[in-house]
Amino acid sequence: MSELKSINKFPEKGDKGAGTLPLKGVGGSLFDKIWNAHIVQQVEDGPTQLYIDRLYAHEVTSPQAFDTLRDKGIKVFRPDHVVAMPDHNTPSDQQERIDDPIGRKQVETLKANCEEFGIKHFTMGTKDNGIIHVVGPEKALSLPGMTIVCGDSHTSTHGAVGAIAMGIGTSEVAQVLASQCILQSKPKTMRINIEGELKSGVTAKDVALYIMAQMTTSGATGYAVEYAGSTIRNMSMEGRLTLSNLSIEMGSRAGLIAPDETTFAYLKGREYAPKGAEWDKAVEEWRKLKSDDDAVFDKEVTYRAEDIAPRITYGTNPGAGIAVDECIPTLEQIPEADRSQFLSMLDYMQFQPGQKLEGTPVDYVFLGACTNGRIEDFRAFASVVKGKKKADNVVAWLVPGSWLVRQQIIDEGIDKILADAGFELRLPSCSACLAMNPDKVPAGKLAISTSNRNFVGRQGPGARTILASPLTVAASAITGVVTDPRN
Amino acid sequence: MKEKFNIIQSTCIPIQIDNCNTDLIIPARYLASTTRDPKFFGDAFMHDLRYDADGKPVADFVMNQPAYSEAPRQGVHEIIVGGQNWGSGSSREHAAWAIAGYGVRVVISSSFADIHRNNLLNCFVLPVIVSPEFQQEMFASIAADPQTQVKVDVPNQTVTNLATGHSEHFDINSYKKYCLMNAYDDIDFLLSNKDKIETYEEKTLPL
Repeated sequence: MSELKSINKFPEKGDKGAGTLPLKGVGGSLFDKIWNAHIVQQVEDGPTQLYIDRLYAHEVTSPQAFDTLRDKGIKVFRPDHVVAMPDHNTPSDQQERIDDPIGRKQVETLKANCEEFGIKHFTMGTKDNGIIHVVGPEKALSLPGMTIVCGDSHTSTHGAVGAIAMGIGTSEVAQVLASQCILQSKPKTMRINIEGELKSGVTAKDVALYIMAQMTTSGATGYAVEYAGSTIRNMSMEGRLTLSNLSIEMGSRAGLIAPDETTFAYLKGREYAPKGAEWDKAVEEWRKLKSDDDAVFDKEVTYRAEDIAPRITYGTNPGAGIAVDECIPTLEQIPEADRSQFLSMLDYMQFQPGQKLEGTPVDYVFLGACTNGRIEDFRAFASVVKGKKKADNVVAWLVPGSWLVRQQIIDEGIDKILADAGFELRLPSCSACLAMNPDKVPAGKLAISTSNRNFVGRQGPGARTILASPLTVAASAITGVVTDPRN
Repeated sequence: MKEKFNIIQSTCIPIQIDNCNTDLIIPARYLASTTRDPKFFGDAFMHDLRYDADGKPVADFVMNQPAYSEAPRQGVHEIIVGGQNWGSGSSREHAAWAIAGYGVRVVISSSFADIHRNNLLNCFVLPVIVSPEFQQEMFASIAADPQTQVKVDVPNQTVTNLATGHSEHFDINSYKKYCLMNAYDDIDFLLSNKDKIETYEEKTLPL
């Protein structure tokens, strides 16, 4: 332990590096290596006290945590390890104001708390702001080898850079603010291998939706997942972030991907990445962040890329999905014990057993969220809609995940392609993912969405959600019906 | 709010919904509040299943049925028996606040989502994992007689369906058991270990 170093200093912009992580004598899986390097102490017949390199805070799950500190009369222990920004309540049409007084107060409270406790805060409507899980990696605030937490289940996203990144509750946010540590029982480990080349029209989102349908939404509960295999090695950083983002929808709090040249190329030169000699030193250490050949996993599964088609969901959990050209299962195809839940999901969705969803009219399309709000997602969407026109029956919300993404969309001229096709580019926000800002899907309306959850009421009370990739959502936006992007 | 755990014996609210996610336990629109008022969150517990769009109680939802509608108090409805994969989805601790705020002290299921399970413990609500068979038997006993009592013995780590007399052992680590039985918080533990944190930082932080 004494030889271990951890990448846990807040890097100064452009000069000092992120430190190093010599891993001499530490074996096992990628997860084990990072976990073991962050153990402060093991509580006897209890949890591990784990040191946290980065805490992200947003407005929804932090106010009561700051109250806890005030109750106890304590300060934030390591404010330079914490970065905060509002994203959930942020409107996507304008960001001059928040009309809802409760949401406005929450966003103002985050800012006031950050000022009081000396925490870096990216204000709504400024160029640094965006969805935490988009901003963290793109500013290289999330780096390989780190432990990263946030009061948000999609914190798993940051695992794509080769970090242990987990969602936590507000009590735990308070613990990290107070001590830079959390108490966690070590999860079991699972490696999910994807091998082979993805077919045309198939994206990381489809891979994730496929895995969920195979293993159910609780298939990885209790595990930390590592994604590996040739498909992952060939996947872009944006694709990996999408895949890790959706780990929680399989039940896993963490979805790690070993850092490689793709990771380093993505991070290099970004705002908070180590620079110069510090960068070289960091990369040298990061190359050691991979599972040893003899690493043991509690569970290992392998899927073939060629088996994966563009996916859509038909139910009210992300695991209830099919290939876009398949029919919803018939009642007979569902195990007897699951039939009542199956029927109740279809009742909410207003679908029938055995129904083909391709060709079903959609009312709303949503491109964005921490799942698919990155530049590659907008490039993919634009590649489909270029030279075509949005269907008249469809309301479309195209919402970049950050101001940096939005700027890149404009710099690449994608905004013009979108405008020509009848789409408006909105302002960075969590938007229609979770019905906490004005972008809500009305009751009974059907949305096809790149977000992460199709739960009952997720996009608004009574709203019906089909989850899909940016390509499938784009194709459906043009035709006005659920559409296979391969056609 | 923090009441020490020992033996809880109570009637139950059966919420037989598999994959009951935290969006169902508390819808997102209740998350914008900065309050810590237990009543605010307790009132929002399972809101959109309890109430229709006009705010009227949905008569056939279990929490509105006469047998289960009484608010929890000692010996009454202090225990929820939930479906499998209870608390999946969003990490919102507001879901645990809703359960605690409603007055529930124990949630029994065959499986819990990891984040929600930790949140319950941090809110001094005990998640108890039982076998699917034991869970189904509890649902059956409660359906046959809503007055069925379940006994959760924290010191001995047993849960007993008093209608059948069947009992199961449940797991909880010694540290968390100590916390629950002594109303002791993780944050207090961490604050009492500052020296270890600083030692770790000295050894590992780049200078």
